[in-house]
Amino acid sequence: MAAPVTPLVRIQREDFDVQAEIARLTEGRGDVGAVVTFTGLCRDEAGRLSALELEHYPGMAEAEITRIAGQAIERWPLTGLTAIHRFGTIAPGGQIVLVVAASSHRQAAFEAASFLMDYLKTRAPFWKKEHLADGTTGHWVEAKDADDAALKRWEGS
Amino acid sequence: MRLVYFAWVRERIGKESEEVSLPDGVLTVRDLLAWLKTRGPEYEAALEHSDAIRVALDMEHVHHSEKIGTPFEIALFPPMTGG
Repeated sequence: MAAPVTPLVRIQREDFDVQAEIARLTEGRGDVGAVVTFTGLCRDEAGRLSALELEHYPGMAEAEITRIAGQAIERWPLTGLTAIHRFGTIAPGGQIVLVVAASSHRQAAFEAASFLMDYLKTRAPFWKKEHLADGTTGHWVEAKDADDAALKRWEGS
Repeated sequence: MRLVYFAWVRERIGKESEEVSLPDGVLTVRDLLAWLKTRGPEYEAALEHSDAIRVALDMEHVHHSEKIGTPFEIALFPPMTGG
């Protein structure tokens, strides 16, 4: 039986390096057969936005993502799990969030990454405010019903 | 106890945090939201649709029916839009 996996969760202003985060979960070991990464980027919404400003609740952001990551580790046989979420002002094309799930086989890695993102979107305390291309400040992004609906597929199984 | 506000709840109330003493009879999160709404137009504007406001006690999500107890910190914020 392998040692229990401890998720790596980071909340940071600075950018992250996807290749370095993959290497962190694979280097020096031969038991990892699958690595799934999800990277969320800032969209410009057809040229309307100049940036997104991400506010977060320090302390709870780390705690909540760590709770979700812990559930993923209990549910799937992972060899490693990393979640990084940025805050501050991020321009279109910039990276916002990264999930890296590693496992011996692909199915666990795919599902764990998807599960983590679905729960992170509706439970991690982050809020996006729009900065518009004309230099003004726009609205706070509204939560989507589709994000709540996405959780349903993980329930009761 | 300490109340902290985020995103448009923070903007409408006009402050990031404050210390308050809860009056007698404020037992649940729902009671807290109803009491805060009586504290002025800025609170009324922030908590207009109070069913949609999310609340965390000491950094854990709770339902509005939850008893408040004696947390160190209560956070009020809109539905989350991270990721």
